[in-house]
Amino acid sequence: MGVIETAGLTKEYPGVTALDRLDVTVGEGVTGLVGANGAGKSTLIKILLGLVPATGGTARVLGHDVATDGGRIRSLVGYMPEHDCLPADVSASDLVVHLGQMSGLPYAAARERASDVLRHVGLAEERYRPIGGYSTGMKQRAKLAQALVHDPRLVLLDEPTNGLDPSSRDDMLSLVRRIGTEFGIAVLVTSHLLGELERISDHVVVLDGGRLLQSSATTDFLHATGSLLVEVQGRHDADQVLGQALVDAGLAARPAGDALIEVDIRDERTADVVRDLAVDLGLGLVRLQERHHRIEDVFREGGAGSVQPT
Amino acid sequence: MSSPPEPQAAPTGVIHDLGYRPYAGPRLGERKVAEAFFLTGLRNTYGLGRSARSKVLPMGLLGLMLLPALILVGVLVQARNLLGLDEQIVAYSTYPLTTQVLISVFVAAQAPALISRDLRFSTITLYLARPMRRSVYVLVRVASLTVATFVLIAAPLLLMYVGGLLADLPFGRETGRFLAAIVGAVLLSACLAGPAAVVAALTIRRGLAVAAVIVVLVVSYTVVATIQGISYDSGHESVGEVAGLFSPYTLVNGVQVFLFDSPAATRTPPDGTAMGVLYCVATVLLVAGSIGILMLRYRRIRT
Repeated sequence: MGVIETAGLTKEYPGVTALDRLDVTVGEGVTGLVGANGAGKSTLIKILLGLVPATGGTARVLGHDVATDGGRIRSLVGYMPEHDCLPADVSASDLVVHLGQMSGLPYAAARERASDVLRHVGLAEERYRPIGGYSTGMKQRAKLAQALVHDPRLVLLDEPTNGLDPSSRDDMLSLVRRIGTEFGIAVLVTSHLLGELERISDHVVVLDGGRLLQSSATTDFLHATGSLLVEVQGRHDADQVLGQALVDAGLAARPAGDALIEVDIRDERTADVVRDLAVDLGLGLVRLQERHHRIEDVFREGGAGSVQPT
Repeated sequence: MSSPPEPQAAPTGVIHDLGYRPYAGPRLGERKVAEAFFLTGLRNTYGLGRSARSKVLPMGLLGLMLLPALILVGVLVQARNLLGLDEQIVAYSTYPLTTQVLISVFVAAQAPALISRDLRFSTITLYLARPMRRSVYVLVRVASLTVATFVLIAAPLLLMYVGGLLADLPFGRETGRFLAAIVGAVLLSACLAGPAAVVAALTIRRGLAVAAVIVVLVVSYTVVATIQGISYDSGHESVGEVAGLFSPYTLVNGVQVFLFDSPAATRTPPDGTAMGVLYCVATVLLVAGSIGILMLRYRRIRT
């Protein structure tokens, strides 16, 4: 049984179709939900929480129907909203304890859990200060802590890296990864930055204009088309010389910008051919790495706006 | 960013060392959650569990509410025989009208703190993403505000009652009047908290909400009291009786006069059964209407 299962899920607002006959199954682990702004990610999350009724189709979360069992679902699910939602005048500690109680924990248990999850998200002494004085990174951590305080079986994280600087973003991403793996809590995480989801997701669902563009394991996205990135030094036109040699050797090679060459992998010997040619030409081989297709290629190749049934 | 995912790699640069511990303990049902929510709201209204600064106003107002009652009790106990007093110097039912400015300021300051705050910071989203239903959220918030207001109104009445007993006022009569006044305090709290909550829910900015509630409560009372005074002086008392419907203070005082024969605090209390019933109906409509508007308001809130 999937953690989330939707069948023909449709949401129509006056004049706009936010979700269009969506069939998605989400399992354990970390699932990325990708889509441009307005693709229907937030609408989907709100329907899954039972906060917004769907206009058609069905959705089940942890085996419960969102239309009839919203309260039960909300007690089993943690939600981290995208926008600001923290009151400025209380401390993260007090807020998370209170919200733990609101999820049904007795007071003593809520205190203990709040202390635990605040430590896990990396809020130390500052947890006792009013949230109004927090940086964006600290606020995001507090928002994540309140989603985890009641030990949910699934967390819905809406753009958790929004507004974070690169190092905070890395921290947040590894935290999300840990929630899905070490904590054993299923994660549905949205982002419009595709590269982030590549790193942490087991599975990626791509939405476009309220429709399902693609849903598959992250590895499928990354290995769908393999090619090598090659960088050589030794002379000013080293890349052109090697590129020509590769083409002469019958390989498909093309410039990949910044004096890099991209070579399609024909078989497992392709890398050897590249190495041997570089040696023969007296060039220094600086880089030889597998080039991974990024999830964004789905948009480029699939043509966002067009629909590919899966 | 384009490196292959390494699910097995241990995350680096993270503070935590202890593993995650799942929670296996009890989970409370809807009623217990609502109770916890109610208590937190009630405590917050008096600044408990909040910053020291947010305790100043509600605690100060509570002190100011008690002060006149304390003086009255002191005079009653010390000088009862000297002044020939055989009842409370100020009637229980009149006390809330005498101190109406303090009560209005309290409600005006605390309704936004409870209600506008969740909307201003969008914290409402975090509540709605939890098991509690919207309607329960609204009812509990109003209940917290009502009970907080009740504590403010009833505390001096209790002080006066205890003082009255110490001064050897007749036990049965005092108890009857006191209980009638407590019922009045419940009604008045609900009639103040309901409209104040509506104004606070419609006015998200705190300063505006405070001003709006004060205007609604204080100005309506002032206007009503003025009309009642003029109508009494000019002999058109029925005009004053109708006007009394339009301020929670005069409305509830009228209900007390009608139901319990309490001493009237206005010049033109409701006279006759029809007017008395009208006062009771208006009280119910005021409370029910406020809650109805709140329900509609919160149904429209997008999360």
